[in-house]
Amino acid sequence: MNSTKNDNNSLPMGEMSGGQRGNLYNYILGIADNSLILAQRLGELCGHGPNLETDIALTNISLDLLGQTRSYYQYAAKVEGAGKSEDDIAFLRLEREYKNILLVEQPNTHFGYVMARQFLFDIYHLMMMKELQKSKDETLRAVANKGIKEVSYHKRFSSDWIKRLGDGTEESHGKMQEAIDDLWRYTNEMFQMTAADTEMAEAGIGVDVSKFKEAYYKEVSEVLKEATLTVPESKYFAKGGKEGIHTEHMGYILADLQYMQKTFPNMTW
Amino acid sequence: MLTQTVHIEKHLIPILESVSDPEIPVLSVLDLGVIREAFEENGVVKIKLTPTYSGCPAMDVISDDLKKAFSEIGKEIEVELVLAPAWSTDWISEKGLQKMEAYGIARPLSETHDKDVLLGDKKLVKCPQCASTNTHLVSQFGSTACKALFKCDDCLEPFDYFKCLK
Ligand SMILES: [Zn+2]
Repeated sequence: MNSTKNDNNSLPMGEMSGGQRGNLYNYILGIADNSLILAQRLGELCGHGPNLETDIALTNISLDLLGQTRSYYQYAAKVEGAGKSEDDIAFLRLEREYKNILLVEQPNTHFGYVMARQFLFDIYHLMMMKELQKSKDETLRAVANKGIKEVSYHKRFSSDWIKRLGDGTEESHGKMQEAIDDLWRYTNEMFQMTAADTEMAEAGIGVDVSKFKEAYYKEVSEVLKEATLTVPESKYFAKGGKEGIHTEHMGYILADLQYMQKTFPNMTW
Repeated sequence: MLTQTVHIEKHLIPILESVSDPEIPVLSVLDLGVIREAFEENGVVKIKLTPTYSGCPAMDVISDDLKKAFSEIGKEIEVELVLAPAWSTDWISEKGLQKMEAYGIARPLSETHDKDVLLGDKKLVKCPQCASTNTHLVSQFGSTACKALFKCDDCLEPFDYFKCLK
């Protein structure tokens, strides 16, 4: 990440109270952290994909997400107004300060998990981005407009793999089902609203994600059925990521992600 | 075609033309359509740059190259990244598209045709080596974020297709 300035003169931030600004900052991080952590997970696969094309696709997706993250963090830094950079926000927070959902931090386990995690996120991500395009906030709208085509490619890619593996061999079907079953418990968290989410949605800036829960499960189920997979019926769902309470995997991700900044503070490329 | 308001001062054009896209070096930043504004104000050259894809790493390189090109002629420069309006493949100049094809990258089709080739299996993308349209998609994701990987079924050469972005 470098220091190219971003054009973010959107919100009449002067009109916002300190509390509102804080909520906007937290809201932006909520969206951005999902993309950062998923990008990091996908980045781990660089050079480890099952074949060259898939390897390239996964790192391309990672790069798209990282690009979106940068735009969000640059804006968040400006909203906070504390003189921080996008790098400070990405690398210098403690685990409890990251607001990503638990789904995106789940490990790569096997290719079925990589695709199930991606698919479960992409369906949500595209729905969220579509709504964010209507935000009253000019910068968030611009990031969504820019990113939506990228995210539709991601969704197409992951949905195709769900069908290909689900409706593939006995082994691929079993592994795909296993991954969907295991990751299902992390889906419901997407639709929970934090205080920042609620305030920003009411202000017409953020997206009320609770509204498209039904549409989400409907769309996911349709693809799973086409993939000859069983839609899990489990009613047990995990949560906490949005409030900074993460699974045991998060610490390892951050150890990797933050290594350079912890070893050489303030280093730049 | 999208309407675009590009404000570039004439005397800056030769220098901008000397800065190329690091990933497609035959294209200048002007051919690529990523320069939205370039003007001189109080002796400082101000440039507004728009990214092709959100995570395009070429943007940082382009920004550095612009700074270098202008500092070589003793000009101070400020580069600002603008996201809206979002860049579109329509902004690549016709000259740029021709250079791209000559370089071995198939040019972006229209939005509908782009969907047909990336989603379905219609044969519309023209091989930049032998001009055959008997080609097929190998991967939606190519060597960079903006390209997809194709293979020609006549000359058997693999090639990049520049994805339509609107
Ligand atoms: Zn050919």
